[in-house]
Amino acid sequence: MRRSVIGGAKRTTTTCLFLLNHAHHRSLLPPLHHRLDSSSSSSSSSATALLLLLRRLSSSSAASSPSPPNMPNPVSVQSINPKVLKCEYAVRGEIVILAQRLQEELKAKPGSLPFDEILYCNIGNPQSLGQLPITFFREVLALCDHPAILDKAEAQGLFRFTISNALSDSCLSYASADSIKRARQILDQIPGRATGAYSHSQGIKGLRDTITAGIEARDGFPANPNDLFLTDGASPAVHMMMQLLIGSEKDGLLCPIPQYPLYSASIALHGGSLVPYYLDEETGWGLEVSELKKQLKEARSKGITVKALVVINPGNPTGQVLAEENQRAIVEFCKQEGLVLLADEVYQENVYVPEKKFHSFKKVARSMGYGDNDLCLVSFQSVSKGYHGECGKRGGYMEVTGFSPEVREQIYKLASVNLCSNISGQILASLVMSPPKAFILSLSLSLFVNDFLLKVGDESYESYSAEKDGILKSLARRAKTLEDAFKSLEGITCNKAEGAMYLFPCIKLPEKAIKAAEAAKTAPDLFYCRRLLNATGVVVVPGSGFGQVPGTWHFRCTILPQEDKIPAIVSRLTAFHKSFMDEYRN
Amino acid sequence: MAPKGLDYEHLNENVKKVQYAVRGELYLRASELQKEGKKIIFTNVGNPHALGQKPLTFPRQVVALCQAPFLLDDPNVGLMFPADAIARAKHYLSLTSGGLGAYSDSRGIPGVRKEVADFLLRRDGYPSDPELIFLTDGASKGVMQILNTIIRGPNDGILVPVPQYPLYSAAISLFGGTLVPYYLEETANWGLDVNDLRNAVSQAQFKGITVRAMVIINPGNPTGQCLSEANLSEILRFCYQEGLVLLGDEVYQQNIYQDERPFISSKKVLMDMGPPYSKEVQLVSFHTVSKGYWGECGQRGGYFEMTNIPPKSVDEIYKVASIALSPNVPAQIFMGLMVNPLKPGDVSYEQFIRESKGILESLRKRARIMTDGFNSCRNVVCNFTEGAMYSFPQIRLPPKAIEAAKSAGKVPDVFYCLKLLEATGISTVPGSGFGQKEGVFHLRTTILPAEEDMPAIMESFKKFNDGFMEQYEDTRGYSRM
Repeated sequence: MRRSVIGGAKRTTTTCLFLLNHAHHRSLLPPLHHRLDSSSSSSSSSATALLLLLRRLSSSSAASSPSPPNMPNPVSVQSINPKVLKCEYAVRGEIVILAQRLQEELKAKPGSLPFDEILYCNIGNPQSLGQLPITFFREVLALCDHPAILDKAEAQGLFRFTISNALSDSCLSYASADSIKRARQILDQIPGRATGAYSHSQGIKGLRDTITAGIEARDGFPANPNDLFLTDGASPAVHMMMQLLIGSEKDGLLCPIPQYPLYSASIALHGGSLVPYYLDEETGWGLEVSELKKQLKEARSKGITVKALVVINPGNPTGQVLAEENQRAIVEFCKQEGLVLLADEVYQENVYVPEKKFHSFKKVARSMGYGDNDLCLVSFQSVSKGYHGECGKRGGYMEVTGFSPEVREQIYKLASVNLCSNISGQILASLVMSPPKAFILSLSLSLFVNDFLLKVGDESYESYSAEKDGILKSLARRAKTLEDAFKSLEGITCNKAEGAMYLFPCIKLPEKAIKAAEAAKTAPDLFYCRRLLNATGVVVVPGSGFGQVPGTWHFRCTILPQEDKIPAIVSRLTAFHKSFMDEYRN
Repeated sequence: MAPKGLDYEHLNENVKKVQYAVRGELYLRASELQKEGKKIIFTNVGNPHALGQKPLTFPRQVVALCQAPFLLDDPNVGLMFPADAIARAKHYLSLTSGGLGAYSDSRGIPGVRKEVADFLLRRDGYPSDPELIFLTDGASKGVMQILNTIIRGPNDGILVPVPQYPLYSAAISLFGGTLVPYYLEETANWGLDVNDLRNAVSQAQFKGITVRAMVIINPGNPTGQCLSEANLSEILRFCYQEGLVLLGDEVYQQNIYQDERPFISSKKVLMDMGPPYSKEVQLVSFHTVSKGYWGECGQRGGYFEMTNIPPKSVDEIYKVASIALSPNVPAQIFMGLMVNPLKPGDVSYEQFIRESKGILESLRKRARIMTDGFNSCRNVVCNFTEGAMYSFPQIRLPPKAIEAAKSAGKVPDVFYCLKLLEATGISTVPGSGFGQKEGVFHLRTTILPAEEDMPAIMESFKKFNDGFMEQYEDTRGYSRM
């Protein structure tokens, strides 16, 4: 409420400014924006500022000095795009800035804080916490980045330096035969083998073909490379869709609450309306179609045109994996209401419980018999998540189906303004959707070649699948340990992380803590998270950054710290929580 | 049937308004012809590696090692990689937290931003603050970010040169602002007249538009001119008086093909001017790894540096950057390598210099061949490409050609470029995609085709052009408009 009042005041002042400027070209006053600076806290004081201004203006109209600037600087907080001011992104918000400051402090004065390192559990950034990349993917990328070694290796039989340290020296020279093969295949798909050239704005065609095959293998339904747009991570793809869908604040998108704040931020930035639907914490963050219907109706009654439904599956920050039945109901709902289904499926590889399986919305829709004419569906995928966690590469894609050719053309145009996404990221996206496979052929060969060569065909598959399984199993263990730890704490309940990379525990904060937070002018969950950080060095994100049922408090904690660090985190968390409760218990 | 969310009629109008000619009709037709097996010479995008320019060896070695850091532990790594590449890879990995696979700070890796700041100090002679340098996925992303921050609505105007690189027109329509054109004067070697700027601003004001920023592209795209120091200081003074942010697109700063007017940055000129200008004028300048002798377009690496932008606004720009998490890390390392290149005495130094000099000298020759080639054609006049990567000849189309274009439903220069494409396989961009004065027609080509192919390309162009002119020109001569 307060925010909109301030925003309104600002708008008035800038309009007036414009009028003044219009009347008096080249004679406004430099201190102008300082004055506005101090006046924007209430509309009455900004009116005073305006009066002052008008007075200044009439007195200064005669004296026109040679070259004073006639306008306040255009890039001041008072004069920038109000949509920019409005958007918020808590994953990298206040807590993280505090964490960075503490980290500097630790570096400058080791031992000055009650902990010796900052543990970033705020963001799904696995490799920053020590997760190793998948060797095969990196071999292929290195070879594509510097193809000169590829030729050299072949000429001299010298490509002997790769693969994990676990293998004995004698294996090394042949170890990555299939990564060489894959790198060659990929380079052959790139016009001129030029990994340093802009590609087609949708991404390199050959790589899109590979991804298409991967999607078909995953879903058992046909896919089309022309439906794919490769992007610098999934976020730019989401932005592109927002740009397309949102024309004004009358355009709404149904978003889950809690949600990944990319959606709220991007809707705010594009000036649309977020139409919330609540996930039900009681039923493991269940998504009820009745709730969707209710919220849709309510939004429509307010004159909002709801254009799309965002579903994050597996959920972020909530970690639930949707049941197929549930997905069918969602698809049916979108079809009936004419909503675009924006399916954030970036955690599709991250499922930790045997009773749940990931199903893409495309597969679900197709299995219901719905094709391109029935449903507009966008599926987002990223190289940043899964077992690979290659966040820094900024690779991803969206698969858009059910769009008319002229709409497709508009997306293509948007993509082309950015020229193309980065090529390493594109290559990696193709690898992720088409990882090494077990070679059946090599088994039959094994009858008459020695044991050493048997490894050749399988080499990357074995090490690849060992690396992959190792990471996924470890993530599942970490999720369980942290969940159990949270559940054991006074006043904390926590749903299981069935998938994704997060736990989103609910804290029942004592009245006294809420009062203390209010006195400190912070949201209670932010208050808790800040105290946690200051006491333990553990960085989590307050639930208010994701949205939550009013009056409930949560935080999001990733399951990504390396396994050997988990016990320490658990004991620090436990000790902190206990002392926090002791301090504030009613 | 219920209306659907993505019905064309209901799309964001600003998206529909966007035009982006570099990948428009001509490019699509060229791609079609290529599929049909015709040999196409793509001169529509400044994309050097696509036309056979080899990447510089050293940076690729460093980035390959960073991609596969386990190679660094192998005793045989020295057989395949020079010692300085190994050392640099270790250096950059030590600057990251988690190698190439981790999101960096949303503004880019602090250590790389420090290297950029050191480069700017060496280049301009003035200190630069790494906190005010943001790394981006190519310069385009940075431009979009800044324009998105500035533009509030249709009453906000941005001064943009005409002809211009269509990124600016596209981004301004996308964010719902108003493009306020100022014309570059072709007869004055695409010079920029400050009086013309003042006119543009007052005309815009008359229409109720507040001009808030000014874009300069130096060296020019598509026009190839290098701005003089005197001209730059006039521009900065103008921005000071009008309270405009100056957006300095300086991505072609390495691409200079004459010695009279070396590149000089807006920041240096601004700082040289001293107060009040150096303390007041808001400046954002852009750079990239896609151009220069690097030409690493596919990496999507760039940065912008902010000068005199208030800290609160910087925070807002940071916030928006953080929504995109981080720019891609391999390209950040390319950027580090670009601003902090090898030094004499390094093992790979000789090779690096040989490669980079070779590319620049060849581009200089190609710029010359192209300008001379165009000027030898009937009804074609062309300014010399002083910098950047493009030639932008004016094609004086005879009235009959203009009529023929109209009856074919095409803009005259599109008509000409399509015919050129069909006849020769040369894929150019019509001048109308960049903006030009009423009744005057141009096309843009890059100067990037291989040097050895250049004479043949120009010959084939001349053959087409002169035939075209023959076909459409009255014996009485063409109209000079």
